[in-house]
Amino acid sequence: MAEISEVRRELALDCFLLAGKVMMESGAETYRVEDTMIRMAVSQNMMDSHCFVTPAGIMFSPSNDLPTRFVRIHGRRTDLERVARVNAVSRRLVAGQLTLQQAYEEMTEIEKNHYLFPLWLQVLAAAVASACFLILMGGGWADIPFAFVIGGIGFYIVEMVLIKTRVKFFAEFIGAVAIGTLAVLAVYSGFGNDPDTIIIGSVMPLVPGLLITNAVRDMMAGHFVSGLSMGAEAFLTAFAIGAGIAIVLSF
Amino acid sequence: MNWPLEAFLSFLAAGAFGIIFNIPRKTLISCGLVGMSGWLFYRSYFLLFDDPIQATFAGAFIVAIVAHILAKTFKMPMIIFSVAGIIPLVPGSRAYNAMRNIVENDYMEAVDFAVQALMISGAIAMGLVFAEVIMQLYFKYQAKRTQKKMGFTQE
Repeated sequence: MAEISEVRRELALDCFLLAGKVMMESGAETYRVEDTMIRMAVSQNMMDSHCFVTPAGIMFSPSNDLPTRFVRIHGRRTDLERVARVNAVSRRLVAGQLTLQQAYEEMTEIEKNHYLFPLWLQVLAAAVASACFLILMGGGWADIPFAFVIGGIGFYIVEMVLIKTRVKFFAEFIGAVAIGTLAVLAVYSGFGNDPDTIIIGSVMPLVPGLLITNAVRDMMAGHFVSGLSMGAEAFLTAFAIGAGIAIVLSF
Repeated sequence: MNWPLEAFLSFLAAGAFGIIFNIPRKTLISCGLVGMSGWLFYRSYFLLFDDPIQATFAGAFIVAIVAHILAKTFKMPMIIFSVAGIIPLVPGSRAYNAMRNIVENDYMEAVDFAVQALMISGAIAMGLVFAEVIMQLYFKYQAKRTQKKMGFTQE
């Protein structure tokens, strides 16, 4: 095995941990993060490295006699474009198309930037999705404008409350309350026809789809710690939405 | 059932979810196609056999298979494609009805809906698992064949 100099090894470790951190923060599955980091390590001649990823932090040990490094993962924000970009950089590093230094620079570039679509476009997408689901779930054509508007408003409220409070479940709860209230008001004022389908369509953008898929895939790969915690998060999100709707319906 | 309309709507909905999850821009169309194939398969199975749980399993299975194939083609992580396709299968209306019946103190009805919602969520998970296992077996078989072709033999 080739001897790796001290500086280069530190750079390699920084690079792996940065890649893992960005992927985990942007909503990748735990096992994919581990897989990516180990592959990158093997490409840099670290054959017996170990890696332990949880949704809250990443531990990486390059070999038996070198110190282990740790990074803490704070907020998570779904941004699959970043996952795809980090994945592409790591593939190129493993294939030898990039040097370690280049890969590290690209990773820092990715970490600094956010590739999110602008908020208005996301709200518009949520509104369109709500309107589509209204029809797919068997609603009437007359209710489409309500689902469109209410779905957009609900998504916008969740994003705003999330920025202000940083508590995800509270944001989803408030969003669900707003959706329920608006839908009931729309029907009460005589314009809407069926509050049930309007509500179902409008809460669809809040459904924790990414968490469900990630939880299932992590559990299958044997990562029970992160699988269970993501499953719990998905369950709590669903519960927050349900509780918000239930409060409105109980009046 | 209006096939072209449902196809269009599910395509649009999955694409919109792609924007919400911020998937890479060039995959938006393929993401919409994944959602469309999953939903159409789910609907046709549901109309043929009238069993929402099996239909959801079939839909999730198709979503995961198509997502795996696209992930290989684009060389990108598989969740990018599967995540938006799964959303239409989520038992939103059953969970909603369960909630409404709880509020109306009709617990027997609520339990009925809640169990259905739970079973359907399980069916989504099982569909993903089955597709994953089958695709992994297939990829392993394919890799072995290429290795043999290139003259490497594995002990």
